[in-house]
Amino acid sequence: MKASTSVAITAVVLVAGFALCALQFPNIASTRVVANLLTDNAFLGIVAAGMTFVIISGGIDLSVGSVIGFTTVFTALAVERWGIPPFAAFALVLVLCALFGAAMGAVIHVFELPPFIVTLAGMFLARGVSFLLSTESIPITAPIYSAVSDFAIKLPGGGRLTAIAIAMLVILVLCALLLHLTRFGANVYALGGSRAATALMGIPVGPMTIRIYMLSSVLAGLAGIVFSFYTAAGYSLSAVGVELDTIAAVVIGGTLLTGGQGSVIGTFLGVLIQGMIQTYINFDGTLSSWWTKIATGVLLFVFIALQQGLMALARRSSLKPAGTRPVAAKPAGAPT
Amino acid sequence: MTLRIPRRGMAQALALIVILMIDRLVSPQFFNLHLQDGRLFGSVIDVLNRGTPVALLSLGMVLVIATGGIDLSVGAVMAIAGATAASLADTHSLPVVIASALAVGLACGLWNGILVAVLRIQPIVATLILMVAGRGIAQLITEGRIVTFTSPDLVWMGNGAVLGLPTPVVIALGMLLLTAAVVRGTALGLLIEATGGNARASELSGVGTRAMILSVYVWCGLCASLAGVIAAADIMGADANNAGLWLELDAILAVVIGGTSLFGGRFSLVLAVAGALIIQAMNTGILLSGYPPELNLLVKAVVVLAVLLAQSPRLGDLSRFTARWRRTK
Repeated sequence: MKASTSVAITAVVLVAGFALCALQFPNIASTRVVANLLTDNAFLGIVAAGMTFVIISGGIDLSVGSVIGFTTVFTALAVERWGIPPFAAFALVLVLCALFGAAMGAVIHVFELPPFIVTLAGMFLARGVSFLLSTESIPITAPIYSAVSDFAIKLPGGGRLTAIAIAMLVILVLCALLLHLTRFGANVYALGGSRAATALMGIPVGPMTIRIYMLSSVLAGLAGIVFSFYTAAGYSLSAVGVELDTIAAVVIGGTLLTGGQGSVIGTFLGVLIQGMIQTYINFDGTLSSWWTKIATGVLLFVFIALQQGLMALARRSSLKPAGTRPVAAKPAGAPT
Repeated sequence: MTLRIPRRGMAQALALIVILMIDRLVSPQFFNLHLQDGRLFGSVIDVLNRGTPVALLSLGMVLVIATGGIDLSVGAVMAIAGATAASLADTHSLPVVIASALAVGLACGLWNGILVAVLRIQPIVATLILMVAGRGIAQLITEGRIVTFTSPDLVWMGNGAVLGLPTPVVIALGMLLLTAAVVRGTALGLLIEATGGNARASELSGVGTRAMILSVYVWCGLCASLAGVIAAADIMGADANNAGLWLELDAILAVVIGGTSLFGGRFSLVLAVAGALIIQAMNTGILLSGYPPELNLLVKAVVVLAVLLAQSPRLGDLSRFTARWRRTK
């Protein structure tokens, strides 16, 4: 009920924002702009889906931007320099990402360290390795890349739903199914609600933690592959700071940063809101791109304040037993 | 009589000495100093000078972390303060420039503090807002350009010397002494540690936890703005995109290396500054050794992991376990 309220608010903000944009620039309301919005934010949507799992479980993953950077460089080197067929390279890099995520999850669980600082180390590590691999931008010329970028479903109105946009939508649907309909998804929510209670219920907390971070890193790897299709290049400095955009999208999508509540569809709406702000600024032409950051910050604040308000409201109504007169809140232990 | 070695700070001191020795190995003239134009030059002075911004940030960050919080916005606050200082530098006198930059930092710290202490938003999230929006605000102040200035007063803040030492080093030293006097000279430090140890218990025993939390974020903002002014003075300009970029991570790293627990409840100012110097000594060492600077991040990652594992509550159990195992054998 509460979770659906936050998603509904996000959806209203998106629709209202889009309507306002369309009022000012009628051209925005076309399939062409919307399809481009999906293409431009395809990698962000994929990586944000993984972040949703991590944040619902009560953790955080700061390494995703670096993992994207690593994936693009590794894929480009493997395809262009080492002569590995593209699909073998994709499989290889995804296995590496899975191992990386599993290692972070294992360190978090076994040594009882805060996820924030462990994934921070992971962020340094992944970025450092990609710098070591190559510091220059490597163009990818494999035929599969041009084939994929040429592929698109034509929409009425001139829009082109590109392959990477379709990939994002498919991955998001799969993630939503995984989160909302499987036992794994239920365990993710349980972990975010209370770690101790989850362990007492007999859910294996350790393997769950490892799997969640593995999932996040694999999705970041997939996002990296999509990013390499988007730019047709591998560059160790790509996707710097994407972890922040991702966390912002997840929070705007109504996922609680304390864990235990959230949804993939909300995250998707959060990604679209960020994309919409960017599109508006592109259309306006006079505003500079730094307004994106300010607008995202303001939205973050509004949504967090809203969540805080909703939670306080829920707490107040649940504290009041049915049929009793409301009593003014009194700090526990205060002298009577 | 046995020689008593102070347990706290031993590891950091050893690490710093080992890294300085390695630096000496890769660059034989590492410890050479020479006086020129009334200012000392040399690699060691360079480590101190370059380490100043992170050392200043870690002074504020260590108090925030001691309350169990974290401040991700310090890099962005540096950019805002640097932009403010640079755009006022050529038209106003030095006190006005510094006062307005510090006022900006104070306001940023107050904003973070209100979000955390009054609205009770998680520190990571609360400070994330300013981290995302802050660079945009800095861009707004510089109007998207890199603002340069020529005011000799402000340049002195970054490149001048006091008694042979570079000005930034003297400022950082002064801030360390001031913070130590305020926090350790009074009961404030104890109250901050109590807040981080158990906020509810402290609240019930009469500690003004809200005021404590609010004031540590304000202090953190202040330290960050000072670091921003020095960084801007150093390059005689303000670059809103790159000033203080990722320095929040270095500051957190410095605090963690200094042995302060991320869960809050205890802290050491001197060790946090030592942590900042360790990071800078590593950076300088890698530069001097001629290895690609890309190695920097990898070395940092390994150091974070090593320090984390050493701090882990689980590892303590493990060492006790092996000790018992050895005894029974």
